[in-house]
Amino acid sequence: MGNGTPRTLYEKVWSDHLVTPETGDAPAILYIDLHLIHEVTTPQAFSVLRSLGLPVRRPDLTLGTLDHSTPTTPVSALRNIPVVGDGAARQVAQMESNCREFGVTLHGFDSEHRGIVHVIGPELGATQPGKTIVCGDSHTSTHGAFGALAFGIGTTEVGHVLATQCLLQRKAKTLAIEVEGRLPPGVSAKDVILATIGKIGVGGGTGHVIEYRGRAITSMDMEARMTICNMSIEAGARAGMIAPDDVTFEYLHGRPLAPSGAGWNAAVKRWRTLPGDADAQFDKTVTIRADELRPMVTFGTNPGMVVAVGDAIPDAGNAGFRKALDYMQLAPGKPISDARVNVVFLGSCTNSRLSDLSQAADVLRGHRIADGVRMLVVPGSQQVKREAEALGLDTVFLAAGAEWRESGCSMCLGMNGDTVPAGQLSVSTSNRNFEGRQGKGSRTILASPMTAAASAISGHVADPRQYL
Amino acid sequence: MEPVTKIVSRTVVLPVSDIDTDQIIPARFLTTTTRDGLGKSLFADWRYTPDGSENREFALNRPDSAGCEILVAGHNFGCGSSREHAPWALLDYGFRAVVSSGIADIFRSNALKNGLLPVVVDDEALHWLTENEGAEVTLDIATSTLTLPDGRAYEYPIDAFSRLCLQQGVDQLGYLRQHEDAIQQFEENRPWTP
Repeated sequence: MGNGTPRTLYEKVWSDHLVTPETGDAPAILYIDLHLIHEVTTPQAFSVLRSLGLPVRRPDLTLGTLDHSTPTTPVSALRNIPVVGDGAARQVAQMESNCREFGVTLHGFDSEHRGIVHVIGPELGATQPGKTIVCGDSHTSTHGAFGALAFGIGTTEVGHVLATQCLLQRKAKTLAIEVEGRLPPGVSAKDVILATIGKIGVGGGTGHVIEYRGRAITSMDMEARMTICNMSIEAGARAGMIAPDDVTFEYLHGRPLAPSGAGWNAAVKRWRTLPGDADAQFDKTVTIRADELRPMVTFGTNPGMVVAVGDAIPDAGNAGFRKALDYMQLAPGKPISDARVNVVFLGSCTNSRLSDLSQAADVLRGHRIADGVRMLVVPGSQQVKREAEALGLDTVFLAAGAEWRESGCSMCLGMNGDTVPAGQLSVSTSNRNFEGRQGKGSRTILASPMTAAASAISGHVADPRQYL
Repeated sequence: MEPVTKIVSRTVVLPVSDIDTDQIIPARFLTTTTRDGLGKSLFADWRYTPDGSENREFALNRPDSAGCEILVAGHNFGCGSSREHAPWALLDYGFRAVVSSGIADIFRSNALKNGLLPVVVDDEALHWLTENEGAEVTLDIATSTLTLPDGRAYEYPIDAFSRLCLQQGVDQLGYLRQHEDAIQQFEENRPWTP
């Protein structure tokens, strides 16, 4: 297994999980350590199991939540939740009955741990270094922040994992993204990843697993690292990883599903062997200078169309570029800071953790959001919500005029009742600015929590550094 | 999955790069618990006007597009979410193959699992196809070639296993389940347990 050949982090985790190696004729069979499931991409997979009379092979390695199609409106009494539409209600009901019937733990409406699947996995300590983690959701790349190999799969593959705990996979190529130097104040992980996608393009990581390295990455806390890995898929890479270190171990220590006692020491010892060997080779390397970064936002209809908040919208001149600007009702050559904002969304698996809310609250404290702007704050999990409330962050948001919600995917993808009305412009801490992503006809500008908060105060796209 | 060996069809062209899965099937149509009936929502926000009528300008709505089984699209088709509803919607509508100069990883994997053929060609071939909408194109699975009406043939990349699965309509879950012994052995022999 390559003793003597230097290996990257990805190559180590990959080879540790080979049930059978790949050959010219057949892909590898890769063992999966953690299968996260939610209500939207699993019903058809459970139907296949049922029709074949198969059990879930490892319910103990499977963990469910309700997040995508569930509402975030405040709950008056338990179970009295106004799920949007019959379809969503049916999905939620099927998820509950599927998990009950197949013996899978579900963090449903009655669980204090319910939340966005990519927030609760780490929060519970289920996400761990060296694991293979999959979910029927492309932002599964988030969990790579712990040195796990984590990627999104389709529903057919969800069925494969439920039935066999394995996937058929071909080994990916490797791409190193070196983020050198130190981040200036007011510039966050979100700005790093937006700048990175702007540099390599939305297809730049296709066929690759990214490893983020360098001083700016190692000096980040786990929540910032999750923001980075989360958007790997926005550069086309199914997975993004960061080598586990003391920051990782400290985050995990004491979490409910993390190893404990003697098991903890053994796990840490094993995790310390995971970082790539010093002279391991990557297929491609890209360097980003952290010190040169400024707060970044998108201006087009994919996450690679980015500009610094202080700059003018560029002009690439081609038809696709112009089509994107037409949709956004923005003009090349104009400062992006001219754009008037209707809605600000703080949330999503990219930026809904405690530090995200806290950074936004630091900008908002003592200010009111501008007249005519609606700001929605949606914590990533019920636990994040409780922790934020314990710190009084909810009071800051409410005093500024924002809405404080229950956890869920919310306005990130407009399928649960939280949408941006047609034609309106949203500054959003989520991950996709595709046409109509936040609701039919919605226009989305992606930004960091600090930039989103500053834009809410100003009523136009604004640099947060003026409020710090 | 039905075996796929050869596709001969005229093309419909969407000359746009980075068509994401939210365009292929917007999220509001994902509150479903089956695979069926998604074709009517394919490209919904491009295909229908705000009042729900058909947008006559959109390629799929042009009379010549009826019955076309091959979709030609710009670079990086299928980027974005992992929703398998995207290939389900394309197949339900009647497409059997997507041709582009680049196809996103998860979409490609989902497409192959459902018998929708992802075909990646070079810029020259894509340019010709884009300029010649409606041309009759032949896709041969056994030889992994796309052949233009003038006989020019382009080999497209596909791994041997995926090709075999398409040709024979192999159920990959069945294939995985044949390896149950190896899976069990892996679980028993690994030095740590998750």
